[in-house]
Amino acid sequence: MNTSAVHNPPLLQVIEMTHFFGGLRAVHDYNLTLMPGQIRGLIGPNGAGKTTIFNLITGIHTPTRGRIELEGRNLVGLRPHQIAASGLGRTFQNMLLWRHMTVLEHVRLAHYAQLKYGLAGAFFGSRLRYAEEQRVADNSMRLLETFDVARFADQIVTNLPYGVQRRVEMARAMATEPKVLFLDEPTAGMTPEELVQMIGIIRKIHEEFKVAILLIEHRLKFVMELCERIQTLVFGEVIAEGTPEEIKNNPDVIEAYLGKEEVA
Amino acid sequence: MAFFLQNVINALQWGSFYALIALGYSMVYSILMLFNFTHGDIFMTGTYIGFGVATALVALATALSWSMPGWLLLVLTIIIAMFLTSILGVVVERVGYRPLREAPRASAAITGLMIGIMLEYGNLAILGTQRYNFPSIIETVTYDVGGVFFTNKKILIVGVALLLMIALHQFIHKTRWGMAMRAMSYDFQVVPLMGVSLNVIAPMTFAIGSALAAAGGILYGMAYPVLDPFMGILLGWKSFVAAILGGRGSILGAALAGFLLGFIEIFTAMVFPSTFRDLIAYSIILLILTFRPYGFFGQAHSAQLRL
Repeated sequence: MNTSAVHNPPLLQVIEMTHFFGGLRAVHDYNLTLMPGQIRGLIGPNGAGKTTIFNLITGIHTPTRGRIELEGRNLVGLRPHQIAASGLGRTFQNMLLWRHMTVLEHVRLAHYAQLKYGLAGAFFGSRLRYAEEQRVADNSMRLLETFDVARFADQIVTNLPYGVQRRVEMARAMATEPKVLFLDEPTAGMTPEELVQMIGIIRKIHEEFKVAILLIEHRLKFVMELCERIQTLVFGEVIAEGTPEEIKNNPDVIEAYLGKEEVA
Repeated sequence: MAFFLQNVINALQWGSFYALIALGYSMVYSILMLFNFTHGDIFMTGTYIGFGVATALVALATALSWSMPGWLLLVLTIIIAMFLTSILGVVVERVGYRPLREAPRASAAITGLMIGIMLEYGNLAILGTQRYNFPSIIETVTYDVGGVFFTNKKILIVGVALLLMIALHQFIHKTRWGMAMRAMSYDFQVVPLMGVSLNVIAPMTFAIGSALAAAGGILYGMAYPVLDPFMGILLGWKSFVAAILGGRGSILGAALAGFLLGFIEIFTAMVFPSTFRDLIAYSIILLILTFRPYGFFGQAHSAQLRL
């Protein structure tokens, strides 16, 4: 791992990141090396600090200690929108869709930063505006097709099934053209069929967009299926890291994570 | 019947004023979850700006010994005054509200009240107690259609108001900023990740709301030409009622409730003595809100994080 990192620089690197909420240590000495095009998983029981790690890397909280680098550039201290602009996209556990807007509008607005036309162009209908809006509309429809939600393009998101909403959220994140995609429990609330479909979609975007993915999940089957490497987090600390096979057979993981799951 | 239709036209005219002002309250609320209590006084200032622009244009035309057609004077006055008043809106956002964005909402609301008082008394300090008359931009023509009397001004007022509302609707639905405004009414967390800055969208929202208030002020000045530094208080409060009645943050609701308010007021006055008008009209609205506390199109908010 280390030797390959020398030849091939990591896309995203987190070094000894620690965070306190008041006196509570939420994350302790977290390390991550995400290579271009890699899919990694982060598992752990509820309250282990998985989402906190996402929020620290994406700038919602600033870590108490530690370094975060995307393509060698420091991310610590940047605002969430600056981090997003530098190529880090994410989805949220509770999705945060814009309830009364259509599916297509979600993806179109995600192109906001790529649009250049000005206010005058908007009022007088400049050629630049039409050209740009057309390009964005085309691109948005292509994305909706990739996520298999194109047939819902003109529907308001509130009315759609949960699984469809999840895919809309992912399409929205991909429209910002991220190099790294963080998925926070993408199968939460999904039916088993939707889960299988989600595996296919993540594979597809991984291949088509060459995006590196970090995945938080509860469902082990899903993580085992998709991820090259998995970290197990308990009380803010990584207790095990390895391939799906290694994680599955690690006694600490079975005790800390699977044991708890059975009780719950 | 003729009397009834007469009142419908009056109600539409009053509704136009309320609706144009109410839109500004609603737009700002939907994005910043803030009742912009300066808005009534922005309306007042916009009316004075319109007065200044119209007077200047008339003087300019006279100096060039050119008789400017009334419609051109009106269009120019509205466009220039809307633009200038939108700058006032941006300044209010930048100076008054932005520093308090993370503060409790009550502090921000009170800031709005204070800026409003500053505008009222600033106006009084600069222009004095003298009442100004809004220049008669166009000649009044009275039509009589089967016993229903109405003026060209009333038609114009309702027409311009509707036109502006359609333009706003187009802006909100067709442009990237409009889309960003709608998205921001749902969350503060994801929209910035799409490259949308609140520091662009918030001033823009204030600008549009203020511009609409200015247009409302000019239309108001055409109908009721006597200007007063405190004219924005009552009209502002009533339009605020319309914004709440329409549903906090709902643009369609604000427009419809503005017209409804016009109808309730005018038709109350049709039945009861005019001194009873507001007492009864607002009792009716209180009753409506008792049964529909979120207004017509309002909804419980998802973005608790801002409250």
